[in-house]
Amino acid sequence: MENKLHISVSPHIHGKKTTMGIMLDVIIALLPTTIAGIIIFGLRSLLVIGVCLATSVLSELLFNIITKRKQTISDLSSVVTGLILALNLPANVPVWQAVIGSAFAIIVVKCLFGGLGKNVVNPALTARVFMLVAFSSLAQVSFPVDATAGATPLVSIAEGNVPDLMDLFLGKTGGSIGETCSLALLIGGIYLLIRKVITWQIPVAFIGTVFVFSFFVQDFNATTALASVLSGGLLLGAFFMATDYVTRPVTKLGQDIYGIILGLLTGIFRIYGPSAEGVSYAIIISNLLVPIIEKYTMPKPFGKGGERR
Amino acid sequence: MAFSLKGIKVPHRKNTAGAPAERMVADKKVTLSTAMHIGRPSIPVVKAGDHVCVGTLVAKEAEGLSSPVYSSVSGNVTGISEILISNGSKVPAIVIEPDGEMTIDENITPPVIDSKESLIEAIKASGVVGLGGAGFPTYAKFATDKRIEYLVVNGAECEPYITSDTYTMLERADDIAYAIDVLVKYLNIEKVVIGVEKNKPDAIRKMEELASKGGNMSVCALPSRYPQGGEKVLVYSTTGRKIGVGKLPIDVGCVVCNCTTLATLGTFFKTGMPLVEKCITVDGSAVKSPKNVIAPIGASVGDVIEFCGGFSSNPGKVLYGGPMMGITIPDLNQPVLKQTNALIALNEKDAAPRKETACIQCGTCLRNCPMGISATEVIRAYNKGEYDRLEKLGSNLCMECGSCAFNCPANRPLVQMHKLAKSALREWKEKEAKA
Repeated sequence: MENKLHISVSPHIHGKKTTMGIMLDVIIALLPTTIAGIIIFGLRSLLVIGVCLATSVLSELLFNIITKRKQTISDLSSVVTGLILALNLPANVPVWQAVIGSAFAIIVVKCLFGGLGKNVVNPALTARVFMLVAFSSLAQVSFPVDATAGATPLVSIAEGNVPDLMDLFLGKTGGSIGETCSLALLIGGIYLLIRKVITWQIPVAFIGTVFVFSFFVQDFNATTALASVLSGGLLLGAFFMATDYVTRPVTKLGQDIYGIILGLLTGIFRIYGPSAEGVSYAIIISNLLVPIIEKYTMPKPFGKGGERR
Repeated sequence: MAFSLKGIKVPHRKNTAGAPAERMVADKKVTLSTAMHIGRPSIPVVKAGDHVCVGTLVAKEAEGLSSPVYSSVSGNVTGISEILISNGSKVPAIVIEPDGEMTIDENITPPVIDSKESLIEAIKASGVVGLGGAGFPTYAKFATDKRIEYLVVNGAECEPYITSDTYTMLERADDIAYAIDVLVKYLNIEKVVIGVEKNKPDAIRKMEELASKGGNMSVCALPSRYPQGGEKVLVYSTTGRKIGVGKLPIDVGCVVCNCTTLATLGTFFKTGMPLVEKCITVDGSAVKSPKNVIAPIGASVGDVIEFCGGFSSNPGKVLYGGPMMGITIPDLNQPVLKQTNALIALNEKDAAPRKETACIQCGTCLRNCPMGISATEVIRAYNKGEYDRLEKLGSNLCMECGSCAFNCPANRPLVQMHKLAKSALREWKEKEAKA
């Protein structure tokens, strides 16, 4: 029998990147802070992470089965969502609440909008905010196993007691599982930059704006400004959540603007808001601004006044 | 010069660079398609039983944009068959059984060129078309009343694998120079610039030798970034001029010509031998011994690959041209065309379709597009039927280079969508024009 040849549209070779590969890179980049979280907050955090991962993947699996859609769990995006949500929860969160939060993230925020790539806001963060409003347990953050309970770093800063920078760097403070260890978050962020999964625009604009805002509003003190950069999940948000492809602008200029808006909103919410928190709300609100940012920053096609050198 | 557009890094895989080209003996039947160019198919002027020589006219050009076809072998015409071409339609093709003598047609003499008109006529009669792959009849580019400031010679050769233009620049520099001299003289071309990608230092050196001999000629070493050889990209890279939507190079004072096109013209101006053979890069994961082959036009793809040792494993795809923009062929009986610069055979593993996943809005397509088109926006507008928006997005600037699709992590068929969007936009504009 003569050999049949494939007929297809060009190109006939392809780069190495795949959606699954990108998600895998994000998971790898989150591992340092995940491990740090387990060390700092104890084995209870491992349980929370496990519950969130299992619920997220299962929710997507079941949603696709019930609605007779093509199975999509192999793209690993639900693993990323589950992991990021877990890292945003305190280690002592009740298991049933973690289950509801994860299912909310996947089913309500992602699947009901059409699945991966179609959601308007970040699923993990929106679920976290949902849980903050719904469950009072989230207001009581966990503290490191070897430390006594106190205030979270952001509350301390607001009260005028700047925490020890080294403690912030190593994560020996109260907070969510994955948000405290700045060192681990930076390692993960740098990994994503090296692997070109993310570009520097959003993290630099976001973190830089928070620093500048904090510096000018809070006593012109560089130490305070640095402490506010290293606390409250800013690094987790800036490297892993604000850079979420689906919910950030695609244009470079748009990403600069988006990062600055994120920084300003975070600063305002932290300093003038009712709670010391700000990153989650800032990202969700900025997510909603993405279409308009993209509209005004889309480069002009070649020969229509805009060629990019 | 430092003009530069976005583009992508593609693997070079120029395995055949520098190796001498091997001439294929034309002892098997050749099939000369009448549609080896953009425009109307040419009209056969021979019939079964006719004896033809190398260089004998077998099909004359049709009215309008067209190009004549000459026999690449000596032998007997066995008939006029029908051949499937890449747009899905069928055209006549002249089938010739070679006698193995390769007798040259005795009427072949160098053309008499003494004016612009006689030059254009000569180029038309040479049967030369854009040999970089597009197949646009070359005479039509020069038949203009507009001032030609630049002749841009395309030696970019940005597609992976292909080295046939490199062969031309290294081995046929004299032919290129001869053609340039004639064109410059009768068309009042002001400047000649030769664009070559930096991954071909030997070719750049050779072209610089040409340029140093005088004339207003220069060589532009271009970054090895795909699609450097795209017409709009090349003109911008070498002259800084922008060819807008729906415009041609001549609208900004440029004519772009592939280096092999020029070398073929050079040979024709010197000897009168029209386009009958072609240097082709035969390569790819399914080819046993990749090489550059000088093949008679009309030889079957199967025979050319056989000349290169045949297949090393089952071929999954065989392409006219390179892997970025090449056209898949349905079977190995397809002939070598005038504009075929490469035959790439990929094994079954490399040819297997890739699994498509959902778009994650990563923006890679937009970042990689040399024309600044957002593929995701084009698809959205196309799906909604918003044709005016397609126009604003610059959909018809797309040259289908595949830079967007090459790096799409979701493996979306972006080039296919661009093609659909462009044809929908064209239809819509025609309808608007009538209304």
